[in-house]
Amino acid sequence: MADFPSDLKYAKTHEWVKLDGDVATIGITDFAQGELSDIVYVEITALGKTIKRDEPLGTIEAVKAVSDLYSPVSGQVTEANEALKDSAATVNKDPYGAGWIAKIKLSDPVELDGLLDATAYAELAAKSAHH
Amino acid sequence: MPKLTPFHERHVAAGGKMVDFAGYDLPVQFHGIIPEHVRVRTTVGVFDVSHMGRIEVRGKDALGFINRMTTNDTGKLATYQAQYSVLCYPDGGIVDDLVVYRLPDRYFLVVNGANNAKDTAWLQEHLSGDVKMENITVAQAQLAIQGPKAEAVMQKVCSIPLAPVGFYWAVQCEVAGVDALVSRTGYTGEDGFEAYLPAASALKVWDAIFASGKEFDIEPIGLGARDTLRMEMKMALYGNDIDKTTNPIEAGLSWVVALNKPEGFIGSDVLKRMEAEKPTRRLVCLEMQDRSIARPHYPILAGGQPIGSVTSGTLSPSVNKGIALGYVKRQFAKAGTEVQVDIRGRNAAALIVKPPFYKHGSRKPN
Repeated sequence: MADFPSDLKYAKTHEWVKLDGDVATIGITDFAQGELSDIVYVEITALGKTIKRDEPLGTIEAVKAVSDLYSPVSGQVTEANEALKDSAATVNKDPYGAGWIAKIKLSDPVELDGLLDATAYAELAAKSAHH
Repeated sequence: MPKLTPFHERHVAAGGKMVDFAGYDLPVQFHGIIPEHVRVRTTVGVFDVSHMGRIEVRGKDALGFINRMTTNDTGKLATYQAQYSVLCYPDGGIVDDLVVYRLPDRYFLVVNGANNAKDTAWLQEHLSGDVKMENITVAQAQLAIQGPKAEAVMQKVCSIPLAPVGFYWAVQCEVAGVDALVSRTGYTGEDGFEAYLPAASALKVWDAIFASGKEFDIEPIGLGARDTLRMEMKMALYGNDIDKTTNPIEAGLSWVVALNKPEGFIGSDVLKRMEAEKPTRRLVCLEMQDRSIARPHYPILAGGQPIGSVTSGTLSPSVNKGIALGYVKRQFAKAGTEVQVDIRGRNAAALIVKPPFYKHGSRKPN
């Protein structure tokens, strides 16, 4: 069963957000990494750019397929997790820790209120899961 | 509702992530495509391929019928020998690819699961003479046991010696006391076997094979690794690399097209002409030169001009590079040609290479 820490906020598009001051660390959820499986490349095309919520941050290449990664918040993308360049599989192994993907300096902190808590996201994930 | 194979409960118990494939609820993976792929390349893995279509053909005109319907020369088969072959439309387009077995009293055709109904109807409408056809898909289960340790695993549960069974040869024997047809065939590039057995005894055979393979860390393998394994060998997948809009000559399957069969076969006139004139495009192997992965339908370019498109692509777990199959115009098909793949708007360098991508498979040549 996928794990959803209660101190994080979640987007319907399967990203998590952890707030530290006005900087949000984002990654993909345990459910999302399990669905994608075998992640081999993570590319953050929006590094340095200011983007709006739900705009593409980059792409995640798994063996099976490529997926767009959407930003769950608006702001400036200040950092991408460099360690993933050599070991993207860390996103599979530790999606909430060493497998974080990017940091975004928030332009609109109120947006966080629109994200889901762990309980609401767990329900969404259960509905999206394979039978 | 998708259909269940006789092994379904074993997949669920093993934590398989189940998906609808060819109308069946099948595991796309268990604990990861890459580790499952590596399992088959290093020791042994088991695929449930019960979704494949299985058709028996009997009667004194069976050989003539199959020879007329398929591209390879079925007349060359000895009893218990098998051959890879292709069913074509009159225009040379591909109905399906298949394996044809010659057995003592019948021929046995194994077709793609997704094409089972279509192929059966296609064969049925061309029946003539003393030929009886029966689709036995649901009565049977089919397993593929693949990897360098496949023979060691199967020998322990098989009633007769397997060492003398050559590549694309079969034997009728008992597996775990169950009557089965066992052939040295597969879709991975590794040594291995496929076993055809009564659906009712399927679980008994599954459990015996897994007990026998325990010393080699045998595992069930999902459809995801089945796809990456076959791609590394440039084995075509119907629906991706071959379909009714492609023909066996351009797909590199001339080795299973017997253009000199005296009576010809459906599509032979067109294919003869194409072989003589050379096809305008060819299915090639592409190796990505940077960290990109080409996916089906991505355009292939040379000097900025489109020359074809990708039909299959993945990250190769064995060579750790992006690999792809695709059709390109014939003048660009030579190994060593530098091309580009349009990866969502970015042109990534790719090199046309000789197959297979993975060159250390344990499959023994005859």
